[in-house]
Amino acid sequence: MQHLERLESAAEQISGFIYPNEIELHWGLLVVLYPYITGLVAGAFILASLEKVFKVKEVEPTYRLALLTALAFLLVAPLPLLAHLGHPERSFEIFLTPHFKSAMAMFGFVYAWYLMLVLLLEIWFEYRADLVKWGREAGPFKKLLYWLITLGSRDVSPEAVKFDDKAVHTITLIGIPSAFLLHGYVGFIFGSVKANPWWSSVLMPIVFLFSAIVSGISLVLLIYYVTTLVRRKQPDMTCLDKLASFLLYALIVDLSLEVLDFIHRLYESEESIGILSEMIVSKLYISLTIVQILIGTIGPLLILAFSRFSRLPTELKRVAYFIAALLVQVGIFSTRWNVVIGGQLFSKSLRGLTVYKLELGGIEGLFTSIGLLILPFVILYVLVKLLPPWEEDRPEASQGAAASGMTAD
Amino acid sequence: MRIWRIPDQVIRLAVVLVAAVVVLVVVRGRFVPPSFGETGHYRADAVEVATAQPLRYAGWQVCIDCHDHEGELKGRSFHRAVSCEVCHGPAAAHAEDFEAQTPLIPRQRGAQCPACHEYLSSRPTGFPQIIERLHNPLQPCIECHDPHDPTPPQVPESCAACHAQIARTKAVSHHVALECEICHDAPVEHREQPRSFLPKKPTQREFCGGCHAEDADSQAEIPRIDLAAHGERYLCWQCHYPHHPES
Amino acid sequence: MAEENDDRQFPRREFLAKVLQLPCSAAVVAVLGPLAVSAEASEDGSEASELYYGMGIQVDRCIGCGKCVEACKAENDVPREPYYFRTWVERYVIHNDGEVSVDSPLGGIRGFPPLEGESEVLRSFFVPKLCNQCDNPPCVQVCPVGATFKTVDGVVLVDSDYCIGCRYCIQACPYGARYLDPRTHTADKCTFCYHRIEQGLLPACVEVCPTGARVFGELGALASPLRRLMRMSPLQVLKPYLNTEPKVFYSKLDGEVR
Repeated sequence: MQHLERLESAAEQISGFIYPNEIELHWGLLVVLYPYITGLVAGAFILASLEKVFKVKEVEPTYRLALLTALAFLLVAPLPLLAHLGHPERSFEIFLTPHFKSAMAMFGFVYAWYLMLVLLLEIWFEYRADLVKWGREAGPFKKLLYWLITLGSRDVSPEAVKFDDKAVHTITLIGIPSAFLLHGYVGFIFGSVKANPWWSSVLMPIVFLFSAIVSGISLVLLIYYVTTLVRRKQPDMTCLDKLASFLLYALIVDLSLEVLDFIHRLYESEESIGILSEMIVSKLYISLTIVQILIGTIGPLLILAFSRFSRLPTELKRVAYFIAALLVQVGIFSTRWNVVIGGQLFSKSLRGLTVYKLELGGIEGLFTSIGLLILPFVILYVLVKLLPPWEEDRPEASQGAAASGMTAD
Repeated sequence: MRIWRIPDQVIRLAVVLVAAVVVLVVVRGRFVPPSFGETGHYRADAVEVATAQPLRYAGWQVCIDCHDHEGELKGRSFHRAVSCEVCHGPAAAHAEDFEAQTPLIPRQRGAQCPACHEYLSSRPTGFPQIIERLHNPLQPCIECHDPHDPTPPQVPESCAACHAQIARTKAVSHHVALECEICHDAPVEHREQPRSFLPKKPTQREFCGGCHAEDADSQAEIPRIDLAAHGERYLCWQCHYPHHPES
Repeated sequence: MAEENDDRQFPRREFLAKVLQLPCSAAVVAVLGPLAVSAEASEDGSEASELYYGMGIQVDRCIGCGKCVEACKAENDVPREPYYFRTWVERYVIHNDGEVSVDSPLGGIRGFPPLEGESEVLRSFFVPKLCNQCDNPPCVQVCPVGATFKTVDGVVLVDSDYCIGCRYCIQACPYGARYLDPRTHTADKCTFCYHRIEQGLLPACVEVCPTGARVFGELGALASPLRRLMRMSPLQVLKPYLNTEPKVFYSKLDGEVR
């Protein structure tokens, strides 16, 4: 029994006193992945909506890419949860008999709402006219595929296209609060656990939200930068500059919120402060102080602030943005780690600390998690092949397409 | 332009959505467990599953149905509140069919008795405790004590039998030479009915003053105190712990 | 205190309090009402039966023998490994310098080793722990599928045929009373020995407690050992500030116990 051996070695490394049932740490790396991935989804979507709702024209080159990124990660988001369940085959019960008092039961609804009614619909309306046109020129297989995706719709009259645009706008309007809901809700899952002083905080959903925006912008920046290089194109520098600015602002808000949370806890100095301080200076020292704060937040903050507002050569600037965005990803991942794992390293008796034993193999292990982090990129690759998000692939003169006269009854 | 015309693509989407909802509702009706929601947001059948769990401990009432002699004996003893299965182990199978299982009969020394009666300083005072290593070594407990009527063969001479933690504390204190009875007036009945006849504590400051007052007739090295000027509103033991007085 | 306890026997949760507890659910119910399986009102069995169970624990009677832990594991087929307990015993030691140390070797199932450094000890005692059978149970609140629930007689149970093993309930329990059964991969915890109490027997831990430190009964019974305890002793519950309204009451509980 490998599981029992791990518990045994964990039991030996306990300091102080923990309740005997707490030796087993229940939410591991997979549950760290879940808020990390949903954060990327929400952040990427909010970035996409900047262009549609707030008319930030500079980020237009990333609009479709951000949507597809959000979709690719959203499709993967439930997988770590599913893999972590004791009975994945019973997971459908969450739709059959959702318990309305449970924050987690809302997962199904929030997820379905966001996936079906926001992201898929927005992408569908955004791409529909293009798909119809691509379908006309594609080979038989792709033709069928596009026909299926468009649900057989063929109307590309100016009115229909105009309606699509309006629909996209409206959905984005609904989508912004929905994206806030999606990730704020994930924060609420942790923030509402009154038994756990590390989690229980009204700020939790808001901190989650802003770190989501940070992670989403930085992810899209990374993907945009890498894909343009791979396609041997010049990255749009005004777009990158704008992304870097937004990333910087979001990072500042995110850091402020976390500092506020930290000061608030220290100042209130509740019963739990002793054990939480002990945890921060011992078990979480590297992942919190070094990785999350220094490498993941302060570092990129300085790099972005310096490179954005200085007269660096363009190439150097791009590299600086790239490094900053990469560091942000590391930082946000450790943020999720520190919340999820940190919240289980101390005993609810507030008298001792335990350890997290990471498995390598097995369904809850490191390799599964790495696989789950690679999977969205595979999905994104397929999506990009199917629904090219690049400017140059858009069919010409989409306004005048009505000439073909293919209006459905 | 007809304002109310529903665009073609919306109709197509609506068809898909309606189909999905219909499928969901049908699937839901098919798969929700029948007893779900009868008494609350759970499967009412789960309560029956919990109720149907088999017994392992029969309960003392069942035991004394057959073992009435032991039940009667024990019922009058210090062990009256100790259920049979504390020492004899779970015996529901034996109660069901007495040949199917023989309950534990702990005859060896150390088999069961020390679990409760070995000295631990965290145990409440007044609970009878021994140090197994020192207490009639090698003899099985049941040689002298009938577990069904564990009144000691001799009434304990020493208070330490039940007040071991106090005795051990006092043993390393300056009061080591004082017998318990010097300060505590203990009725004889306390030894057999400890909770009904409680020992007394000194009620006069002058009692401690007998040794510790400035003019007391006692050994010179004993600390002295001016009773009139020192902590006048309290009895001595309300501040000092006589079983381990500070030096 | 006695009055407060009387209120607990029939959990009439006020509607307002209920709505406040679930700010978002009201909207969801409105939208998805037809999908909801159960009527809201019967959520915690408001039409409670006559029986409503609770337990009293007299801390100053516990001798730390561990018989309760042993009996619980045997009666309920709890995994033997020392990481799974429905009940366990903790030993608290408050030292002269104010430092507090707590231990529970193997959950206390084989008793406790002698205390080191006895002369430095100010006071020491044992505290049995178990599921508090909260009247306002956070574990039930967070269960996404309704696999853990409060019966009409106030006992919180787990439906192991329905539990999906998400372990949110384990996180939500402030008392560390839940574990994931490694054989069924579902959450599990003390049931007050539901199968026993339904037959009029005592829970196994109460049955075997040699000193009567554990007292079990109906909270509403007018004459019972539990009633006497509630009448005669100042009672305390664990972590009262979390408003979980435990139905396990401790007498002579030390402030250091968490």
